[in-house]
Formats: sequence, C-alpha cells, structure tokens
Amino acid sequence: MEALRKKAHEIITGGQVKVIIGYGEGSPERARAIFAQTPAEVDQLIFDQRCLQNLAVYLMKPEVKALGKMAITASKNVLRSILQLASENQLTDADLVVIGITDDGGVIEFPNLQAVEEHIKAAGTPAKNEDRARIEEIDKKPLEERWQYWQEQLSACVKCYACRSACPMCYCTRCTVECNQPQWIPAPSHHLGNLEWHIMRAMHLTGRCIECGECGRACPLGLPINLLTQKLAAEIESQFDWQAGMSLKVENPLSTFKPDDKENFIK
Amino acid sequence: MAFEPRIVGFLCNWCSYTGADLAGTSRVKYPFNVRIIRVMCSARIDPTFILKALSDGADGVLVCGCHPGDCHYVEGNYKAMRRYALLKKTLRSLGVEEDRVRLEWVSASEGVRFGEVIADMTEKIRKLGPNRIKAELILDKAER
Ligand code: FES
Repeated sequence: MEALRKKAHEIITGGQVKVIIGYGEGSPERARAIFAQTPAEVDQLIFDQRCLQNLAVYLMKPEVKALGKMAITASKNVLRSILQLASENQLTDADLVVIGITDDGGVIEFPNLQAVEEHIKAAGTPAKNEDRARIEEIDKKPLEERWQYWQEQLSACVKCYACRSACPMCYCTRCTVECNQPQWIPAPSHHLGNLEWHIMRAMHLTGRCIECGECGRACPLGLPINLLTQKLAAEIESQFDWQAGMSLKVENPLSTFKPDDKENFIK
Repeated sequence: MAFEPRIVGFLCNWCSYTGADLAGTSRVKYPFNVRIIRVMCSARIDPTFILKALSDGADGVLVCGCHPGDCHYVEGNYKAMRRYALLKKTLRSLGVEEDRVRLEWVSASEGVRFGEVIADMTEKIRKLGPNRIKAELILDKAER
C-alpha cells in the first residue's frame, strides 16, 4: 500500500495526470472506487482483497474523462480490460498512466501500453476461474432443466442495466436495448424481454469479455449473468483459440475469419 | 388445428434470394411455411434479428447466404458463420432448441435445393413443435 501511495503521489504532484482512479474505503466489507485529484485524496488509496471491482469501466465514462489525463491502479483483470479497450481503439498512451498492482499490493510500473501487453503475455494464459466449472455443470443438464434454470434466474431481472454500467466493454453511447424504432428488445422487465436482453448482451461481448465477473457482482439481485458472457468466452477460446485482453492487436474473432473455418462447427 | 410451423427466412440478395426466385420461376413445389425477408448479405443478419423473429412468434429462423468464397462482399458469409455459430451455442445453453435456427448456403442456381431445404426444415420444426419462447413468454400485446 505504501508503494502504491508513493507512486501515486509522484505522478499527481509531478502533474503527470489529473486524476488517479483507485480503491478507497467503502462500507466495512467493501472497497469502493475513488477518484483522487489531490495529494490528500491520494492518501485514501488502498488495496486489499476487498478490491475486486474492475476499475477499467471508469476509463470510458465521459464524467471521468472530463477530469483530464487519468491514471489507474490496475490489478490483472483491469490490465486485461485496458488491453482490450486499446485494441478496440478506445485508449492510447496519451489518455492514461497505468499503475499495475500485484496481488499482494506491490507496484509494477508501466511506461506505456506496450509494456502492459508484454507483462500480460509473459504471465501466460490466465488461470480458469471456478465459473468455468459452473458453466459446464449447467451445460450438462438436459435441455428442459437448462431452460427452467435460466428462466428462473432471468425472470427476476428488473432490467436495471447495472451489468451494462459495470462492464468496461459496454461503452457504446447508444445501446441496442434503447432503440425503439424498431424496438429490438421489449422494454418491460418481463420474461421475454429479459431473455432477449441477456442473450444480446452476451453476444455483444463475445470475444471481448475478459471474464472479470463484474456484471455478476454488480447485479443487485445476484443473478449469475456473468456465466452467459463467460460461456461465450469459453466457446471462443476452444473454437478459435482466442482470449480477449491479451494483446493490443485488433483482431476480434467475430470481425475476422479464416477461409478454412470448419463448417461442421455450424451444424 | 394441426400445428403449422412459421419460419422466417433471411436470404442474401445475391445468391440465396435469386435461388429462391429460381425455385419460383421453375415452379418448384415447397411448403408454404417460410416467410422470406431479403437482406443484402448474410452478414447483415444481426443475432438480434433472429432473436426478434423467435420472440415475435417464429417457430424457426432460416439464414441463407452464398456458398463460402462466393459472397458478393467477399467475406460476409464467413463472418456470418462465426456469429451464427455462437448464437446457436448461446441459445443451446439457455435451453432453447438450437435446431430452430439454421444456416444454409444456397447459390443462385440451386432453386431445387432451396425447395428441399425449406421442406426439410419445415418437417424438423414440425417435430419440435411450437416455439416455446412464444408459447411461454409472450407478452400481452397491451403490455408492450
Ligand atoms: S452476398 Fe450472399 S452471403 Fe454475402
């Protein structure tokens, strides 16, 4: 924590950045995001095991961008989100300074995004989290049970779109769900529109989701909606040998193709 | 009344729609269950289109494009193929019968095959029965 604050002081007093996005004390069990603009605020920065939120989401919010050049304290998930955003031409070195943090609170300095890419590549294939096992378990159920399971889960959804707001990759200024000419997704929070909304959300995150699970954590009803996006991430990984947020190259599996793509895959 | 499947067919303008046209001009007989929507390319078909068709009461959705390598826009059908495959996986894991959506390549000269595809799909959907998204989830029209 000391190393983190020291580094943060350095770049704020040195005038390198205008705001540092980091974690601060929230309620007793939770840390929350803070936006440190002064040395006094920098002293409130913390990092411990409660700091789970994927802060990369704030890099895309106009309110935060308006504050000026940003720095961000970035754990592994945040680093991968940053790479993914950069590969989608949403971030450049001119926009931000990345302060990497290791799991035990140490600081890694990154001169530029290229260095972030090298660091992530060197760390190798990210470990699979326990959600993958959960997905397989659900997929093994017979069709009827899967349908019941998801209907039960999704029918509770109140369409607050917290999942969308919490996701760093959901940065469109106009979301399909808000289109009403035609109305692609019915607006009421009802079984039908809920199913469509969650399928659409997952589809739009295909090949982009870095599996941080933030959508699931953000859901006020605790619905396991992150399993939907992660299911597609797993699928993309097995079919196209692709993982999001691993490089700065623009090469989303859904915007590229190989002439020898297996046709049996579509059946 | 016996169940008659309703199938929405999205056909690309250059091959498949022309193929369907050929089926018509050469008087190929095929079931009347398909409603055709012409789009410029199979890549134009957003997964949302398919979802909307299903939730608005289609029992099946057919997507037709040019054969790989023949797309008028060179690579549209390859991209459509990837996107479509992932949609199918998603539907499957949510418990929707994946056979309700189907992708076929139909060229401009395959009028007869077009008829066969429709006949085959209609029979398959007939076996699956009515689409449950419609049956179980549809909103009152007034609620919309
Ligand atoms: S034009 Fe036929 S699939 Fe692209």
